[in-house]
Amino acid sequence: MRIVVDLNRCQGYAQCVFLAHEVFRLSGDETLTYEPNPDDEQRLRVQRAAAACPVQAIVIDRLEGAERSVTP
Amino acid sequence: MTVPAMVAEVVRKFRANARIVIVGASLAGLRAAETLREEGFSGPLTIIGDEPHEPYDRPPLSKQVLKGWVPADHTKLPRLREVDAQWRLGVAATGLDRATKQVRLEDGEQVPYDRVLIATGTRARQWPNPAEAALEGVYTLRSRDDAARLQQALAARPSRVLIIGAGFIGSEMASVCRELDLPVTVAERGSAPLVGALGGVIGEIAAEMQRDHGVDLRCGVGVSSLEGDADGHVRRARFSDGTTVEADVVVASLGSIRNVEWLEGSGLASGFWGVGCDAGGRAFDINGVVTDSVYVAGDVARAPHVLYEYQFLAMEHWDNAVLGAQAAAHNMVNLEPHYRPHLLLPGFWSGQFGVNIKSVGVPSFGDEIVFTQGSVEERRFAAAYGRRGRIVAAVTFNHGKWLEYYGQLIEESGPFPPPPPGWDRPDDTKPIPAQFPELGVPTAIPEVVLTGHDPSERKAVFRPRR
Repeated sequence: MRIVVDLNRCQGYAQCVFLAHEVFRLSGDETLTYEPNPDDEQRLRVQRAAAACPVQAIVIDRLEGAERSVTP
Repeated sequence: MTVPAMVAEVVRKFRANARIVIVGASLAGLRAAETLREEGFSGPLTIIGDEPHEPYDRPPLSKQVLKGWVPADHTKLPRLREVDAQWRLGVAATGLDRATKQVRLEDGEQVPYDRVLIATGTRARQWPNPAEAALEGVYTLRSRDDAARLQQALAARPSRVLIIGAGFIGSEMASVCRELDLPVTVAERGSAPLVGALGGVIGEIAAEMQRDHGVDLRCGVGVSSLEGDADGHVRRARFSDGTTVEADVVVASLGSIRNVEWLEGSGLASGFWGVGCDAGGRAFDINGVVTDSVYVAGDVARAPHVLYEYQFLAMEHWDNAVLGAQAAAHNMVNLEPHYRPHLLLPGFWSGQFGVNIKSVGVPSFGDEIVFTQGSVEERRFAAAYGRRGRIVAAVTFNHGKWLEYYGQLIEESGPFPPPPPGWDRPDDTKPIPAQFPELGVPTAIPEVVLTGHDPSERKAVFRPRR
């Protein structure tokens, strides 16, 4: 799956780190880093993290198999 | 048929049949394509990108990718909706012919358009000496492939990394090197890291942060030459003060160059700072006349900004790419009075040395700075930038939750020094000079720049009086 976090919005509440710690990490007190293309088995956890984000900064892909639409 | 009904019919037909070409297949290009389809555009859509990869996100490259946590190809951007488009990836656009309305590709093909969006972004400024730049072990960082190569080089545990240029990317890379416990030297021609973006007062704090984390930071020096060994691998850098440093990985982090060369001869207002456009993304020609069929978005766009005396503002910021592309795409398939402006309060973030640096507004527009909250010693503070009694920007170090407060004041042209937010006030709240350098050093060019009032850097053609 694919995600992107709008880090302008992110304020380091770290709810996502708590709910999906393999995908989201806090470096220092406030700096969020994350795996933008996590394994699909993380989907439920990431969805929960996105729902719990107080500033709604996590964007999840809204279609399956996005790769297919691209032909280099 | 009434006039409004006729206009509605024209728009309907245009959305069904027009040909739209997006040049640039990164964040701005992708979000523009999604918006076009979202707005009901169903005609043929072509997306041209010089890189062979589908759109990916760049901010992780200098952080989690370099660190080795996230593979470089794990940065593909999420899709907000299905986009039916012809993707022409791995082929660069080489020309724009506005008379015949065609985009020329490097493979010789011509792609016709009724509307074209220029979203070609920027590229990394290379080390200026081509022979030295070609040495093995010399890198720049802009693309996914750059990041993959540099990550491999760092994973091979070089004896020392030299980073030339202490802007945001250079500083983030230095931070990663220290996290990997690699010896790193940072050479900056300016007086301090981040000085172009945030001024000398904040630059001094950034310098202390780097030194506290074991960076060998050298400011006020240039790198005069890079020297390689017999196998053509870089080994040493010679500085302008006569000293040398032994390093087997060298990263030139000299800022970016806007990709406008392909527009040569198009008659558009393009130049060093990008392509001039109005606040709705419609490109200007060299005479300052707004075009009807050419649009601009992202890093390569510069547009007059209401908050900054209508100077053309150029922003290499993530949300500028997203929101600028969405506004331009909306305007491409709508008519007045439904045009949408792209009026963004500039904002960015940078994670380095365990500190989250965030900013809103245009710091370099200010000439004074005042610390308003927190503690510099603890590296947890907010500071505001002012000009002539008005707040124009703010920066926070590990204090991002307060940025909105300052953003609102800036949008309202609030006073400087700003009214204290009533919490966590430092002892000293006297404004001091912000110490921005004169532009001229490439590493000191900030990511957000006010570029004056001229839509074009080229000479307009004046009509002779008859």
